[in-house]
Amino acid sequence: MEAAIIGVGMTTIEKCKVGETYADMAWEAVNKALNDAGLGIEDIDNVITTSSDFWDGRTISCMAVGDASGVRYKNCSAVEGDGTFGAAYALARSLSGDYKTTLVTAHSKGSEGISSIITNAAFDPIYERGFGMDMISACAMQARAYMNATGTTSEQLALVSCKNHKNAKDNPYAQLPMDITVKDVLSSEMIADPLHKLDCSPVSDGSCAVIIANADFVKKIKAKPVWIKGVAFCSDAYFMGDRDLSKAKALEEAAKKAYSMAGITNPQKEINVAEIYDAFSYQELMWLEGLGLADYGKAGLMLEKGLFNRDGKLPVNPSGGLLSGHPVIAAGLYRIAEVVLQLRGEAGGRQVDAKRGVAHGVNGLCGQSHCVWVLDKEK
Amino acid sequence: MGKRRVAIVGTGQTHHRSHRPDVNGQELIHEAVTRALEDADLSIKNIDAIVIGNMDHFEGINYVDCWSIDGSGGYHKPVIKLTTGGTTGSTLAIGGYHFVASGMFDKVLIIGWEKNSESDTTGAITTAFDPVWDRLVFAGAISGLAVEAQSYMAKYGATDRDGARVSVRDRKHACNNPYAQLRKEVTLEEVLASPMLADPIHLLDVCPRTDGACAVIMASEDYAEKITSTPDWIWATANRHKYTYLGDVNWGELDSMAEASKDLFKKCGITEPRKQIDVIEMYQPYSFAGIIWIEDMGIVPRGKGAEYIWSGATDMGGELPINPSGGVIACNPIGATGLIRCAEAALQVMGKAQSRQVPDVNFAVSTGFGGCMWTDMILHGKKKPNL
Amino acid sequence: MENIEYIIIESGKAVQPFNYSVGMYGSKFFNELKNNRRFLGVRCPKCNKVYVPPRRVCGDCFVEMKEFVEVGPKGTIGTFTILRFAFIDPETGTQKPIPYGYGFIQLDGADTLFQHYIDVHDESKVKIGARVEPVFSDEKKGTIKDILYFRVID
Repeated sequence: MEAAIIGVGMTTIEKCKVGETYADMAWEAVNKALNDAGLGIEDIDNVITTSSDFWDGRTISCMAVGDASGVRYKNCSAVEGDGTFGAAYALARSLSGDYKTTLVTAHSKGSEGISSIITNAAFDPIYERGFGMDMISACAMQARAYMNATGTTSEQLALVSCKNHKNAKDNPYAQLPMDITVKDVLSSEMIADPLHKLDCSPVSDGSCAVIIANADFVKKIKAKPVWIKGVAFCSDAYFMGDRDLSKAKALEEAAKKAYSMAGITNPQKEINVAEIYDAFSYQELMWLEGLGLADYGKAGLMLEKGLFNRDGKLPVNPSGGLLSGHPVIAAGLYRIAEVVLQLRGEAGGRQVDAKRGVAHGVNGLCGQSHCVWVLDKEK
Repeated sequence: MGKRRVAIVGTGQTHHRSHRPDVNGQELIHEAVTRALEDADLSIKNIDAIVIGNMDHFEGINYVDCWSIDGSGGYHKPVIKLTTGGTTGSTLAIGGYHFVASGMFDKVLIIGWEKNSESDTTGAITTAFDPVWDRLVFAGAISGLAVEAQSYMAKYGATDRDGARVSVRDRKHACNNPYAQLRKEVTLEEVLASPMLADPIHLLDVCPRTDGACAVIMASEDYAEKITSTPDWIWATANRHKYTYLGDVNWGELDSMAEASKDLFKKCGITEPRKQIDVIEMYQPYSFAGIIWIEDMGIVPRGKGAEYIWSGATDMGGELPINPSGGVIACNPIGATGLIRCAEAALQVMGKAQSRQVPDVNFAVSTGFGGCMWTDMILHGKKKPNL
Repeated sequence: MENIEYIIIESGKAVQPFNYSVGMYGSKFFNELKNNRRFLGVRCPKCNKVYVPPRRVCGDCFVEMKEFVEVGPKGTIGTFTILRFAFIDPETGTQKPIPYGYGFIQLDGADTLFQHYIDVHDESKVKIGARVEPVFSDEKKGTIKDILYFRVID
């Protein structure tokens, strides 16, 4: 594909950025991305903001960050959902021939709302909402289905959390760097069976910005491009009862398409780093299988062997992942930014040896809709 | 992947009504989708991706892209949600265009919808505005529009009679459109005698609340010409979403329209829009906008909008008919409205607008508007655009 | 078509509470309003425009603004309307009392317009260009409601 990521900017991910508005956070991320690319706002010819009216507590949530994202005299648009989807539209605009450089931003402030009420609103208002379901209870059901189908254990789930919180210790943007043991996870409060508190990500504040440029523009600048080789997204059925919750069918399809665009035939061998949407510990394992980076039902065993550690064969979430900081709408865009830093060799203490990486984002309940990005050091 | 020509090859819309208790949201969406697929003689299997949108707080459903799958046909397909308030429908069309032009997808289904009957529309729109600074006094779209009209009247001496003339036009045009919600002619006197909602806007100056959906199918050049002999080619798109706070707006002129039109016309070599454009489907939610915004669009000089409207030039049979469909005053399912403008402009170019057809349309413009004083624009053409 | 009674299901009195951060700029404005009954704007170092409410970024120039300046308390009506139709106030869930004056006020020294209520007891006085002053509440909370409304002083 004739497009590359030429700049990334992240704010620190925190529990509560009480002193900052959405616009303040976006301003910081946008300027960091511009500096990273060595560009000024005048070099950007269009902008995509990613936000959510529900998470932001207002309709037309994109309005709040327009000025801070530099849209005043530019063509622009707004995606609602995970930042990877915002970036997918930004990519389309960069490839359309209409634009050269697309700035994409995403922000979230989990601290301002009540996540159980917000995610309850994702359930069908007529048939489901009244039971008080939210993201955690739904995902607990999925975790149960997945464990039952694959034999994955609570200990294996806990190990994901241990790995990611440890990785976060080398990530200056992470909210929850810590050393914890499997025992700590299993003895933490049971939130919704089988998910303990330490199996769940926090709901965080943060903003991320990424600049995507077409190949012609990349030739003209000094920035270090990371090339976009494959991007695909796919949605499963809506009603949870219509899906086999133990499998990530939509993710399998999205991954298949993204790999085929990138010319990848054996992802387990050809992908060197993965930043994936681990909103809950079990999800990292499930999504790894959906992404074809682990065989079905085997991710837990591979994890135990250390394959996904930072010094393993396929480091997964070397940043610490969502378990170490989860600014909901921005979370997937952070995954892209982290893979970009890895491929440029600029990931500091969390650096791994990688030429090609996968970033992944999710929309909806229990991974109903997935977006997969394959990024490469080389064109 | 790279720049490709893109055309609209099929459109579908519901028969818009104030209240559709006979269908839920997914079913409403499905009506429009089915009609668009029939129009293009395609099946859902032929669709590569779906772009969908609405305004969340009208129905109170989070992650609408995910919830709507059963109606949209998005099962195991790429589905993405765009939303920008009132401009959502036109934003969706522009999004569909980019996804096809980019080469990422060949055939994209674009869906805009709203069931405005499911909540208090004004209350929900009010939550659009800054919770700390705007929300206390703001009263939905009508209050912002009234403020715009007041400013324009103070600057250029227009009267509420001028506004009423636009409403008379659109309501008359709507009688030719079987999909419109309000299909009843009104007189100037009836508009002026209708209740004052927010000075200077009378009840008959503004759009209604509507339940409705619209679907548009866009395809790349190689597919488009196989699907239909009369594709509606997308020549260019432009938009401006200028302001973060309402108090920054330059009231009385629509800066976003002025800047977007300049951008749009420059992209496709339109130098005399009044002569070169044959029909406009304008997202014009109230009458005075029919005067003000044609000035911003460069159709007539500043302060000359009312005169042009009174001349009959924008009526059916006139020099530049505006809103042959009856426009937004006749029907406003908000998340669909901008996309309906796009679909109606496509029908005009494709020669499929039946009793509301304007003869010999080579170029049509469709627009989207949002209460944030934002503008989206699309130029549609009968001939293929240059690459 | 089958004759069927269509069912409508009400959502109930569901609310979705939020705690909105106003940031450093908003906090300065509201502290000043609360403690000293004064209005603060912020000046763009590039175009010199004074923005109310104060915020970090000048959208026109895409630069950070740091210079706070006092504006108002008197001002001029930039534009306005009088709301005469009933609708549900999302803040309270009850019907907003009508009619009420909805004003965009250019506070003295500011370049943007500040939204608030305008007293419409005498509608003939409410015009674009009319001079207005704020009427403050007795209670000092540090919200936009510390101002009850603006009234015409011409």
